[in-house]
Amino acid sequence: MKRILAVLTLSVAAGAAPLATPAQAADEFVPAVVFDQGGKFDKSFNEAAYNGAERFKKETGINYREFEITNESQREQAMRNMARRGASVIAAVGFSQTAAADKVSREFPNTKFCLIDDKLELPNVQSVTFKEQEGSFLVGMLAAMASKTGKVGFVGGMDIPLIRNFLTGYEQGVKQVKADGEVITNMTGTTPAAWNDPTRGAELAKSQFGRGADIVFAAAGATGLGVLQAAVDAGKLGIGVDSNQNWVHPGKVLTSMVKRVDVTVYDCMKSAKEGSWKAGHRVVGLKEEGVGYALDENNRKLVTPDMEKAVEEAKQKIIAGQLQVKPYQP
Amino acid sequence: MDEVFLAILLLVDATIRVATPLVLAAFAALYGERAGVVDIGLEGKMLAGAFFAAAVASSTGNPWLGLLAGIAASVALSLVHGFACITHNGNQVVSGMAINILVAGLAPTLAYAWFHQGGQTPLLPSSARLPQVHLPGVEVLSPIPVIGPIYREIFDDANVLIWLTVLVVIATHWVLTRTRFGLRLRAVGESPAAVDTAGISVTKLRYQAVIITGVLTGVAGAYLSTAHGAGFVRDMTAGKGYLALAALIFGKWRPWPTLFACLLFAFTDAVQVRLQGVPLPVVGVIPVQFIQMLPYVLTVLLLAGFVGKAVAPKASGIPYVKER
Repeated sequence: MKRILAVLTLSVAAGAAPLATPAQAADEFVPAVVFDQGGKFDKSFNEAAYNGAERFKKETGINYREFEITNESQREQAMRNMARRGASVIAAVGFSQTAAADKVSREFPNTKFCLIDDKLELPNVQSVTFKEQEGSFLVGMLAAMASKTGKVGFVGGMDIPLIRNFLTGYEQGVKQVKADGEVITNMTGTTPAAWNDPTRGAELAKSQFGRGADIVFAAAGATGLGVLQAAVDAGKLGIGVDSNQNWVHPGKVLTSMVKRVDVTVYDCMKSAKEGSWKAGHRVVGLKEEGVGYALDENNRKLVTPDMEKAVEEAKQKIIAGQLQVKPYQP
Repeated sequence: MDEVFLAILLLVDATIRVATPLVLAAFAALYGERAGVVDIGLEGKMLAGAFFAAAVASSTGNPWLGLLAGIAASVALSLVHGFACITHNGNQVVSGMAINILVAGLAPTLAYAWFHQGGQTPLLPSSARLPQVHLPGVEVLSPIPVIGPIYREIFDDANVLIWLTVLVVIATHWVLTRTRFGLRLRAVGESPAAVDTAGISVTKLRYQAVIITGVLTGVAGAYLSTAHGAGFVRDMTAGKGYLALAALIFGKWRPWPTLFACLLFAFTDAVQVRLQGVPLPVVGVIPVQFIQMLPYVLTVLLLAGFVGKAVAPKASGIPYVKER
């Protein structure tokens, strides 16, 4: 049954994707993106990747192929399909794609792969991971400064080291401002379905508000939308993740921990197009502007000049190496 | 002491919020199964209800129209189920499963076609969501110990559908045990031949039952997307339909035990959320994975040890054929 579903979705995706003719000219440049569960409009992680691909499309006029994963068994099939149909470069978005990228990249040594959020060292793979803890440190500081109760919440998606990275940075940021500050933590689940369960996210956030938290940081993909909604309903503040989510509920989202997945995807496609693409692993943090916090007209009033100053100072210190933010796994 | 009391109240409040869709779905199935129509398609119907409620609420800005649309969609699917397994004596499990698979694919596809936001509807503003009910006298009662906080935390500010669910539970008990329709409904699930001999149409009764199933699952879906949540996302029912079926079996197809089973499932879920990362006496902090196992472990234990034999309505799942 799963296979039938997968085939159906595949054929739907193929029907929807432009340039889907199997007979591609060999020298034509065809970029492709495989999104993770949560979907490309999760207003967060996958949407950032989508924005990067869209920017490339806008600037170069080159269309890209895409696939949204809805269940585990599709990953490899989708990626192999892209490669077989002549994709020049495939951006695999999300750590769950690692196994599939590993396998398919060996089968297609002439296709370039960009893996986001995990490390994979192969001659035709470029992998990028982020120092989530550094960006989370800054939003943790903001949360602690904006909190009136001294308690702040954290809702993670799937319980994995990557999300623990967000948490550990966030905690250090909170403690930096208020040594006795408390972080109430919840993880949504232990399977990839945890990225797409806003109902549960809202329930987790409500339980944290009940325990005294008045700011909640959602690092949970589409589940986070439920968390932010619960914050609005309860008259508290939320913190967005990956994309700039300040606009989702203007004036109710304190800030967003931005992870520049969009830049990564864009660079990946652009460098492949121009021939400057290189395999290997990169780790990007505040210094490389791979992570950061978002400040725009939607949250301008929530972040006072004092808060901004303190955060900017910390940012400079982290970049200069004077302030160390520990990752979850050293 | 006060803090502990407040924590318990919040826990009860969360239990009610989480239990509401389960109760609606379980009671929906109760009508169907007591009439002899097994409904494994609750999940799909809820999902359809959730999608159409959110889609219509989002495009018209009116959550009540959304609720009606959700109910209509769900009833339509119920009638398909009825057509397959009442009129044509098809296999009820197959028909139900077909509905689940159909909706799991159809809802995101329609969402994609209408809203171009992946398989989702746009986030609903609070004006397009079903309202909370504010009760009078909260300020007056608040200072009174015990009663004040209970009134404030649990009864006030509950969603309108939660109150509707309370009515559904009471009405179901009354309908099943005190009305002629209820008696016939139960009879048709135990011995349709006897009902037929008495000159009452089995087909008509079973259709009435599946329509009620459709209405209630539609409400459950609308609760998920326009009351508790704010918009539809793919697979947002997350197995609640199956959990509701389990609760129904657990409650031996009777209203009050079924309600209790739903509340128990919701309670373990609410507790589980609050146990995460909290150090417990003696054992310390329990890993998330173990805590998230709790509801299932509890279910297995209860089913194995305490429920006893759950006897389904005799004719449940068997199409009625007049002449053999």
